[in-house]
Amino acid sequence: MKAKVYVTIKENVLDPQGNAVQGALHTMGFGEVGKVRIGKYLEVELQGNDRAKAEAQLKEMCEKLLANTVVEDYRFELEG
Amino acid sequence: MNFAVLVFPGSNCDIDCYKAVEDTIGQPVDYVFHTATDLSKYDAILVPGGFSYGDYLRCGAIAQFAPVMTEVRKAAEAGKFVLGICNGFQILTEAGLLPGALIRNNSLKFRCHQVDLVVENHSTAFTNGYAKGEVIDIPIAHGEGSYFVDDATLQQLKANNQIVFRYAGDNPNGSVDGIAGVCNEAGNVVGMMPHPERAVADILGSDDGVRMFTSVLNAWRERNGAASVR
Repeated sequence: MKAKVYVTIKENVLDPQGNAVQGALHTMGFGEVGKVRIGKYLEVELQGNDRAKAEAQLKEMCEKLLANTVVEDYRFELEG
Repeated sequence: MNFAVLVFPGSNCDIDCYKAVEDTIGQPVDYVFHTATDLSKYDAILVPGGFSYGDYLRCGAIAQFAPVMTEVRKAAEAGKFVLGICNGFQILTEAGLLPGALIRNNSLKFRCHQVDLVVENHSTAFTNGYAKGEVIDIPIAHGEGSYFVDDATLQQLKANNQIVFRYAGDNPNGSVDGIAGVCNEAGNVVGMMPHPERAVADILGSDDGVRMFTSVLNAWRERNGAASVR
């Protein structure tokens, strides 16, 4: 199984990188660009085919390591 | 009093911390590798700055699971003195030993210069040698030092007197409420982005960091009934 994990900065936390990219896009002429937020995308391969177990494990991975839940949110999709 | 200076792959302020202990208070100090599984002989643990594990994923994210961190948790719970500086502060927040998180500076720049700090809490083990409200001159050197806590946690920090240092004047990184350092509720675990170990002699630009080290020696001596030194 393969999991796609998305880690994003919480809405109430500043994202200076996103702001800088937004500014660059405006400079390039993409005036229609609103807010830009930068996050992380991870692909995690998992052995076995027990989806419930995989979901429980992914939640634990996200809570403990992949995201810092003080400043980040996460979600994941399980394929296969 | 026995000091441990932790060494992770990518630590680069470990020698500064070691020398600062030697030069300021002359107490026994050891480098302790990230694989260590026993810290029982140490009274104070210094978690130094640097880029542990390349700062991959997030600063301090991977270091929190190094074997030695299990021992640091035990030491913190036992009331031993723990100081995290810069990357060490990031590691202690990732490990949940201190509240909050450190994110990218709002300027996106690596800020490396002297700053003025206000000592907000002079009752911790590491700050008892300062006066409350005293302004001290300590360098910063970080790209991810913007301290974040949500509003509810900020109110708790204020209520429990857990804000140890604030930036005086200019906020160099966008930290919430200008926070430069915090402690746990018990006050034995302190984390800060500025580098007191780099401010231990006039020739370095400031010796205001010396009292961080004399403070913890005093705290240890008071706890152990020995005569306090100035």
